[in-house]
Amino acid sequence: MTPRKKRFSLIGLGLAGLGIAVALVLNAFQSNLVFFFTPTQVVNGEVPRDRSFRIGGMVEAGTLARDSDGLTVHFVVSDTVKRVPVVYKGILPDLFKEGKGAVAQGRLGQDGTFIASEVLAKHDENYMPPEAAEAIAKAKAAGQQSSKTLVVTP
Amino acid sequence: MSVTDINWFKYSSPQALYPLAGKLTPWFSALAVILMGAGLYIGLLLAPTDFQQGDSYRIIFVHVPAAWMSMFLYVVMALWAAIGLGLKARPSYMMAQAIAPTGAMFTFLALLTGSLWGKPTWGTWWVWDARLTSELILFFLYLGVMLLRTSIDDARRADRASAVFALVGVVNVPIIYFSVQWWNTLHQGASVSATAAPKMAAMMLLAMLIMSLGFWMYSIAVILARLRCVIREREERSSVAGQVERPVAVGGV
Repeated sequence: MTPRKKRFSLIGLGLAGLGIAVALVLNAFQSNLVFFFTPTQVVNGEVPRDRSFRIGGMVEAGTLARDSDGLTVHFVVSDTVKRVPVVYKGILPDLFKEGKGAVAQGRLGQDGTFIASEVLAKHDENYMPPEAAEAIAKAKAAGQQSSKTLVVTP
Repeated sequence: MSVTDINWFKYSSPQALYPLAGKLTPWFSALAVILMGAGLYIGLLLAPTDFQQGDSYRIIFVHVPAAWMSMFLYVVMALWAAIGLGLKARPSYMMAQAIAPTGAMFTFLALLTGSLWGKPTWGTWWVWDARLTSELILFFLYLGVMLLRTSIDDARRADRASAVFALVGVVNVPIIYFSVQWWNTLHQGASVSATAAPKMAAMMLLAMLIMSLGFWMYSIAVILARLRCVIREREERSSVAGQVERPVAVGGV
């Protein structure tokens, strides 16, 4: 083997080793790297009880309700398998809508209601003009959703 | 004349590289201006508004190409670093050195435009999700490569050290790319990928692809211009230090 080939194979080996090491580390920290928990994880009790965390999913259509004070909102976050009711007092982002994704930070109350201190809209990867969106909405059966990243595939 | 007739190794010396880079720079600059102008025109004036976000989505015509370039340029830089380490070739190190600032600029641009978009869309300037954090790490990797080089006086040691650093950092690129698939993130998944049909209107996609091409041309132009600076700078340093290295004849300045 020429010195040149040797150097290149050393670089290749080094990179392969590094890649494996990083893959193992990321795998070990898998559960710490998620930005939010899904409603299924919340219902199954896989979430921290005593500290705040984030929950993410689709805002279920027809569940958004506003209290008479005009600030407190109630809605249900769902991943199409499990549902978690959320209560939040504050201003919602512009793109927060029923049937769209949202991520809320807060704690789980005693009664299983998630008390949010911050709500973010999770945008999906679809970009289209309004006319196209209308056409798709008409064509699709009700209840079906567009963002793949929030759906739990059984 | 077929490709094999050209002696490609001719350009592996700084003496030949310097005038070639000078000749190519104006062409790529002109292409960059034309493509970016066309891309912005289509993106800002012709493309339809988005059904959810209205007009604020138009920042993707800068954001997505910038983010692509930030990752792509890092891979190219690491590739040149690997070739430099393997062949002990100085021009490869010079290429890696010339790429780093442009890559850092695009990374910063992607982070900045993403932040400006995040506020009206998500409701926050910044979150520590996997996509955003790994892109920020990419920015620090670029800065690290550049700082490591400037902190070592001996050019050969600086080359090797920053090349190793650049190679180690390349593991971050697939993490950025796949972060939205591997973990729950606030950042949405890819709208455009090699394996699936694009999830955006054709006119939007066209503007984004033209902008990407424009960013490519811009990168090539700027990197070649910087390569010339790097060649001259190194030559001056070596002649001042009175090293045995043969002075490079630089013509046509």
